[in-house]
Amino acid sequence: MLHCTNDDKTSTQRFMTEQPARAKSQAKPNSFQDIILTLHAFWARQGCVILQPYDLEMGAGTFHPATTLRALGPKPWRAAYVQPCRRPSDGRYGENPNRLQHYYQYQVIVKPSPADAQDLLLQSYREIGLDLLNHDFRFVEDDWESPTLGAWGLGWEVWCDGMEVGQFTYFQQVGGIAVDLPSFEMTYGLERLAMYVQGVENVFDLDYNGAGTTYGDIFLRAEREYSAHNFEFANTDMLIRHFVDAEAECASLVSHKLALPAYDQCIKASHLFNLLDARGVISVSERAAYIGRVRTLAKACAETWVEGEVDDSARVWAEGESLQDA
Amino acid sequence: MIALASGPKAKVCRMPEFFLELFSEEIPARMQAGAAQELIRQTNLLIAQLGGTDTTTTFFGPRRIALGAEVAAATQAGKLEARGPRASAPEAALAGFLKKHGADLADIVVEDGYYLLRRALPPVSAGQLIRDLLPAALQRFSWPKSMRWGQSGDFTWVRPLRRIVCLLDGVVIPIQLGPVTAAGESEGHRFLARGPFAVHSVTDWQEKLEQHYVIADADDRLRKIVDGLNAKAGALGLTIAEDDDLLDEVTGLVEWPVALIGKIGAQFMDLPPEVRELSMKVNQKYFALRDAAGKPAPYFAFVSNIEAADGGATVIAGNERVLRARLSDARHFWDLDLKTPLDALLPKLDKITFHAKIGTQRQRTERIANLAARIALWLSKDTLVSAQAETAGRLAKVDLVTGMVGEFPELQGIMGGYYAERNPRGYDGRIVGQAIRTHYQPKGPNDAVPTGTVAVSVALADKLDTLKEFFRIGEKPTGSGDPYALRRAALGVIRIILENQLALPLWHFLDEDRELFDFIIERLRVKLRGEGQRFDILDAILGAGSDDDLVRLMQRVNAVTEFLATPDGTNLLAAYRRAANILRIEDTKDGPHLAAEGFRDLGSPQADELAQALSRTDVKSDYEAGNYALVMTSLAQLRAPVDAFFDNVTVNDPMPELRRNHLQLLAKLRKTMHLIADFSKIEG
Repeated sequence: MLHCTNDDKTSTQRFMTEQPARAKSQAKPNSFQDIILTLHAFWARQGCVILQPYDLEMGAGTFHPATTLRALGPKPWRAAYVQPCRRPSDGRYGENPNRLQHYYQYQVIVKPSPADAQDLLLQSYREIGLDLLNHDFRFVEDDWESPTLGAWGLGWEVWCDGMEVGQFTYFQQVGGIAVDLPSFEMTYGLERLAMYVQGVENVFDLDYNGAGTTYGDIFLRAEREYSAHNFEFANTDMLIRHFVDAEAECASLVSHKLALPAYDQCIKASHLFNLLDARGVISVSERAAYIGRVRTLAKACAETWVEGEVDDSARVWAEGESLQDA
Repeated sequence: MIALASGPKAKVCRMPEFFLELFSEEIPARMQAGAAQELIRQTNLLIAQLGGTDTTTTFFGPRRIALGAEVAAATQAGKLEARGPRASAPEAALAGFLKKHGADLADIVVEDGYYLLRRALPPVSAGQLIRDLLPAALQRFSWPKSMRWGQSGDFTWVRPLRRIVCLLDGVVIPIQLGPVTAAGESEGHRFLARGPFAVHSVTDWQEKLEQHYVIADADDRLRKIVDGLNAKAGALGLTIAEDDDLLDEVTGLVEWPVALIGKIGAQFMDLPPEVRELSMKVNQKYFALRDAAGKPAPYFAFVSNIEAADGGATVIAGNERVLRARLSDARHFWDLDLKTPLDALLPKLDKITFHAKIGTQRQRTERIANLAARIALWLSKDTLVSAQAETAGRLAKVDLVTGMVGEFPELQGIMGGYYAERNPRGYDGRIVGQAIRTHYQPKGPNDAVPTGTVAVSVALADKLDTLKEFFRIGEKPTGSGDPYALRRAALGVIRIILENQLALPLWHFLDEDRELFDFIIERLRVKLRGEGQRFDILDAILGAGSDDDLVRLMQRVNAVTEFLATPDGTNLLAAYRRAANILRIEDTKDGPHLAAEGFRDLGSPQADELAQALSRTDVKSDYEAGNYALVMTSLAQLRAPVDAFFDNVTVNDPMPELRRNHLQLLAKLRKTMHLIADFSKIEG
């Protein structure tokens, strides 16, 4: 009934058609390490500090103190890093083409969450080599919750052609504490993403470096050995002792207001619990109790961290400011 | 800020249009329809004040909810009247009254000895009302779950709210909600048509959205999806397996639906269809396809949100690969699980606690096996059948420790059925498999019940064991809570028994637990009420004598229900009530008057006739033999003598002997009828 002005039409543009992703991506898909380097470069441009993996075993990149603890308190914060993740019960002795007990997550946290968070994320996929006009990208409800961290947030699984290529979360609570400045967290499952980009159906066939080395060359033996360790040989009596020790040490360090060392012990306790779980020695009712014990630690660490945080940062990002303009 | 539309000005005679769009990041599909309802709930008062007609329409989709309504340009002019203090009251009282209403003396008159405030209320423009009332109404908007984000302060929404369009006849009303101020611009498809565009009206919005690759109306989207899917399937000579829930969900996941079809590798077509289709539906939102014979076809259909530059080839290839990976995973579990017969997994159930106070899953399966064997023996009198039921009961829960059920808990029972069929050890895999497959049924009021003695026995044993054990540890349902779904279990027991017409002494199989028996009867009552049946007749039948054979119980209920629907039945019930009333009153004087026979003198032929009719009436043996038609015929034959008795005989005859005999005769009538049912419990 009403006309659509010419202005309206011309202001409409297809998603960034005017700038081709990368000439190189046409020729050969990104290697595993190229994807990491591309993401580093991209998120560095958005003002993120590029951190290195945390030097403790953990089940998800979220456990890194750069995310868990920095999500709390009044200071703005932007970070990106790769984090090796260990999920002992997901081991398949290297026999399943889609499952690993050790894999890599690429983790981004931006606090406070910028208004164009979703667009930034999509741009990052484009840079990796996924053409946004030929793929079907979707944000599908997936609320995130970590009972061990006492944390939750709302967000989505990011789908590309029906495959989950990432998890996007607006943090609401961490360590039982409501966040001051809601941040957004993006987790890329690097192996899965790389398999998609490279068109590979077995994770061990991934091109790791673009020069003949595969993912399997590097990690297949580790998957076999760690699966045996996780399911058969890990000394459960020792693990239980270590859990108790980590728990006690955490409490002691909290009493000295040492949030970061205390949190290390919490991370250790969490991983020890995962190992015990994989060994099948934890009953259903005990399971809930163990999770509760780790949560208690996480909560104490989070509280200690927040106590020590004051907003003394010189650099404050304006509300609603686009990261691209920063 | 304020923009005037060019179009609507010309149409002076129509009502102004109110339009509101709340544009956000992706709203969970399951919340969208409810959000449109909530939008109406929170704005209906405002729209009513705006003189809105019943033309309010709502829109909902992945990134927006919106509402359009025709309203009046302004509220009607009104008058405010309020009675104040007496004219004789002190000045301070009047001052207080004026202050309360923000009035001055010019608005005050004196009538009937009272101050009276009378003031004209000027009309309020629609724009003003929206500005004043809409923000507060939207602040009350409630989502099942909502969140804060980087710029939201304390304001919460389901996901970050990014734009508001709020128009009255094309003019922006710049209301503010959290960090967003309403403007006149909306957005289209995330990829196909980026950037904002101006909106002037509901129609304009819908049209421009369509130009920007968004179908605003959910029904239109649904239609396009259905048409697209059918066309794609039809081109291959296939049909889409119906799934309304999935259709609704998909409608909430796309703004510009494009139906596509992918292939399922032949190597996956020998997996159980449930496994394939669960992966497809739950994880991937794919539709299953059927060939002309109704068999699963090696294709899947899905709905993408993009008209891809390459016609969808990349999207299809990607989805096919994802499904291959998922089905490879399922294939891995299937092959692995088939290597171990179910009974070899039994020891693993020792390690799983069913409930801390009840014990392990292994103990549970032993109880179920035992009970299933007893039930099957009772029903079939055949030890072979009983042995099969025992095996099926023992193996019913074993699939809980298989890889496939670990991955897809929804397949419990179904997988156990397949594994028993494929890998039987010393039992008939078909019969035992079927019993395992169906032993959780019925899972809901619309789910089918198992059939066949073995399947029925195991399904009953599973539910009866759950009921007995949770009652034993005191975990009974309360008014508000039934965490272990015991009501559903009881209803399952009832339905399995009734729909299979099982003559089962429930009392015996409940270990004569009165509380549990009453609990099941209560569920039967609720079931009858839900079906619009006479549950008072159930109480009447039970009042005549407890019966734990539910099939017989329901036959009796149905026979009496039918009888009471006949003129003879209605009349006899009235006579019964009259007799019972007389007896109740006379019993208080010199009762009780008990049923008797062989009267020497009843003083009238009608009384004699009734006495003879009653002594002829032998309903007991017919009733117990289940000849309910005969019973009802016998009762019907009482009607004429009973009517004649009441028409011609004075019950309270002056002669004490006759009076006593009459009362004893009526007691005999009552007693005879009570053999069938306690008719005093029948309502109406």
